[in-house]
Amino acid sequence: MQRSSRACWVVLCLACLSLSAACSGPSPSTLDPQGPKSETVAGSWWLLLGVAAAVCLIVTVLAVVPVLRRRRVAGPRSGDGMRVVLVCGVILPAIVFASTFGLSMRDLVDTSRAPTTPRMTIDVIGHQWWWEVRYSGGPAVTANEIHVPVGTNIRLRLRTADVIHSFWVPQVMPKMDLLPRRVNQTWLRVDRVGRYRGQCAEYCGLQHAHMAFFVVAQHRAGFDTWLRRMSATARQPVDAMAQRGEQVFTSTTCATCHTVRGTSADGHVGPDLTHVGSRSTLASGLIPNDVGSMSGWIANSQAVKPGNKMPPQKLSPADLRAVVAYLQELR
Amino acid sequence: MTATTPPGVLDERFEAERSVGPRLDELWAEEPGFVGFVTTVNHKRIGRRYLVTAAFFFMIAGLEALVMRTQLGSPDNRLVSPELYDQLFTLHGTAMIFFVATPLNNGFGNFFLPLMVGTRDMAFPRLNALSYWIFLFSGLFMFSSLVLGMAPDGGWFAYVPLTTDRYLPGLNLDFYTLGLLFLAVSSTVGAINLIVTALKMRAPGMSLNRVPLYVWAVVVQSFMLVFALPPLDVANLMLFMDRRVGTRFFAPSKGGDSILWQHLFWLFGHPDVYIIVLPAMGIISAVVPTFSRRPITAYPLVVTATIATGIISFGVWVHHMFAVGLSTVSLSFFSAATLTISLPAGIQMFAWITTLWRGRVVLSTAMLYAVGFLVAFVLGGVTGVMFAVVPFDQQVTDSYFVVAHFHYVLFGGAMLPLLAGLFYWWPKMTGRMTSVRGGAWSFALVFGGFNLTFFPMHISGLLGMPRRIYTYQPGIGWTLWNLLSTIGAFLLATGLFFTLGLFVHSLFRGARAPDDPWGGNTLEWATGSPPKPYNFPVIPTVHSANPLWDGSTMASMVEHRDDDGRTLTAEHRTLRTSELDGRLEAVMVMPEESPVPLVTAALLTAAVICLLAGLYVVAAAAFVLLGVAVLWWMWHRPEVEP
Repeated sequence: MQRSSRACWVVLCLACLSLSAACSGPSPSTLDPQGPKSETVAGSWWLLLGVAAAVCLIVTVLAVVPVLRRRRVAGPRSGDGMRVVLVCGVILPAIVFASTFGLSMRDLVDTSRAPTTPRMTIDVIGHQWWWEVRYSGGPAVTANEIHVPVGTNIRLRLRTADVIHSFWVPQVMPKMDLLPRRVNQTWLRVDRVGRYRGQCAEYCGLQHAHMAFFVVAQHRAGFDTWLRRMSATARQPVDAMAQRGEQVFTSTTCATCHTVRGTSADGHVGPDLTHVGSRSTLASGLIPNDVGSMSGWIANSQAVKPGNKMPPQKLSPADLRAVVAYLQELR
Repeated sequence: MTATTPPGVLDERFEAERSVGPRLDELWAEEPGFVGFVTTVNHKRIGRRYLVTAAFFFMIAGLEALVMRTQLGSPDNRLVSPELYDQLFTLHGTAMIFFVATPLNNGFGNFFLPLMVGTRDMAFPRLNALSYWIFLFSGLFMFSSLVLGMAPDGGWFAYVPLTTDRYLPGLNLDFYTLGLLFLAVSSTVGAINLIVTALKMRAPGMSLNRVPLYVWAVVVQSFMLVFALPPLDVANLMLFMDRRVGTRFFAPSKGGDSILWQHLFWLFGHPDVYIIVLPAMGIISAVVPTFSRRPITAYPLVVTATIATGIISFGVWVHHMFAVGLSTVSLSFFSAATLTISLPAGIQMFAWITTLWRGRVVLSTAMLYAVGFLVAFVLGGVTGVMFAVVPFDQQVTDSYFVVAHFHYVLFGGAMLPLLAGLFYWWPKMTGRMTSVRGGAWSFALVFGGFNLTFFPMHISGLLGMPRRIYTYQPGIGWTLWNLLSTIGAFLLATGLFFTLGLFVHSLFRGARAPDDPWGGNTLEWATGSPPKPYNFPVIPTVHSANPLWDGSTMASMVEHRDDDGRTLTAEHRTLRTSELDGRLEAVMVMPEESPVPLVTAALLTAAVICLLAGLYVVAAAAFVLLGVAVLWWMWHRPEVEP
């Protein structure tokens, strides 16, 4: 049995090591909370971990010690052990569980009670496999990036256009599903400026793995500027290349699926591209938004994210360059 | 290392066997060769087949996991396509739950439940053969989808609307719905068979308070199956019709409901966790007393806990749906229910621990696995309790944290006990001993590999890694933990293959096993290793919950040696007793071997394949033939002597 106890030590050390690693670094870690909801959960986690570790340790010791000690004869036959089992197996756990229930209720109230004054409402609509983001009360629409003012309570309305998805930003808020024919309301607040990774957490088909997004928390002024820009229609292209790009975009299949507000392109299958140049990633956080990646994506997105709804585009190299130049300018 | 039963205890059986054995041998002999193979209704052969078949499926489903772990061993890996990955994880989960864990339990149940209650076969031997054949064919049906490149790809939980034909066309999900409906026939009749056997066929004197805990666990599990399967069957039928006939139970665009599926699925799905874990815990309740040389502590409490688990498990399903956006009231209720169900587990845990402390522990391989189970199961248990904290659940559900949790529960809580059971009962089943040193290596590799695979998943989950993703990007801190899990998976696979080798070696080179190699306390040890087709030459009278340790039970075999009411030397006969007190009621004549279960199962298979292929007329014809086969079955009743 020594092997197993050694294994336990290894596991324990690994656990400590990893938890300390989990609190820092670039991970979208639940243990690095940046908003009140995740903070509540992280707080409870450390408490739960402490109790759980103690229980595991006690039970392991209780299970391993009688195996290790070499007794020649069985113990005395006094009593039937009922009382021990009742106390250790029922009463003590009941106390622990009752406290756990208290914790559960406290956290549930903390995280589900909607703040009285939501300053703004954002609609998030799940698609296979990207996120549509609409700012309520204005024309601003974007995708896979949710900009929010820091320290502000925001109401979220979650919907889906197709199958079930789940909205999860580990550092900011626990999961909430996006269900067909329902609107799930919840709220979030980010307490520190930064960029926080989120990802779909409900299996939603082939590219469930590539359905990430970012919550970008900005100071109020920066956010207001951003929102104003997002609410505007698309910039008129200035140079010749981009102008040609616009023409290609609106006259080919691009426009049947994508919208660029201020032009004739008003498709609703893919993301709104009115300000696509301002986003940092493409394809739901899969590739960086630069000229090279975007060209590759448009030419054959199936090679990058197999199964997504955008077919390969048969554009001449010159047209492709023009379209990319146009889209990159849409900031 | 291994203490054998004190000399003399088994002498009674040998004496009984000498007097009536030859006559019984003749009566219970089976056709040799192929005919015997396809017509047998012997519960031990069927039990062995369950184990071998499920072990084979375990190997396939395990290799699937190994491919997935290799894919996830490094970020942005392109070893498998997303299509294949989705099929692999769906089939891995579906197979491990339905075609591995449950049938492994069924194999032990089939083999040992009749032995432990002191009877000669299952209550319905032909039904037993039928449930095996259906299990085999439905398993082959399900796995054939992988060979055809059309394995189910909607997750083992098959959430709608993703799994409707609009989003996942193709035969993949039809394999799933039909395969599970098909298997459910086997599970249902198997469960009823086990219940009736345990309630009506116990040896005289085995009142309910003397029933071995393993048998209790199997009975509760079987009742659970009978009640848990209907919601799943209904859901699968509805989904099949949505996909094929154009009904719209689950199509949101036509007024269908996506949450309905989740309720139906988890109403089955949560009890199913205990359907798998309870009988495995029953094995621990058999192993621990034997190797502690002590009857189990607090037997009545353990029985109560087993039954309570069965009942409460039907009231916790919504904790799989905490992120759906249900009302706070239902979240609170199911949070409390989830905590409540941990109490019976606590009782069992401390009953075993107290038994260990009060006894003198013999460290056999089975015992190593049992202690490994205690350690692993408590870890899976404490994380399970964490899930009762609703916001914590919402944070880590559908992340790798939950993958870690349920593998501690299902591998730690079910596979480790099943391995303990395999080492414990192997000598009884095969008549061969396994190597003690090899057993220690087996445990070390499996237990080490298991922890290295699944422990790091807690961390990758806390770091925000969702489940069911076929790849992930570098630079977000998940790489190391996934690599560790992958290394662990290979270590675990090595351990399992080593264990397989150990058993194969034992089969050919192992030392001959005595009838009672461990000094066990229950009736299976009063039979030969391997047991004769009739199990007991004389049906004993049971005097206590530990019949092999009480002296009188074995003596009753000699007492009744000349009593034809106990030796039953005509046809295939056994005794029927009362449900509560085990009072003798009647002599039963059991059916003999027959090809009709195989024919029935084959016709059902044909019908299912036709349904899959859309040949509805042919399927209807097959169902009619199936009806004819069942009538034929009913007509050929063995004649009963007045």
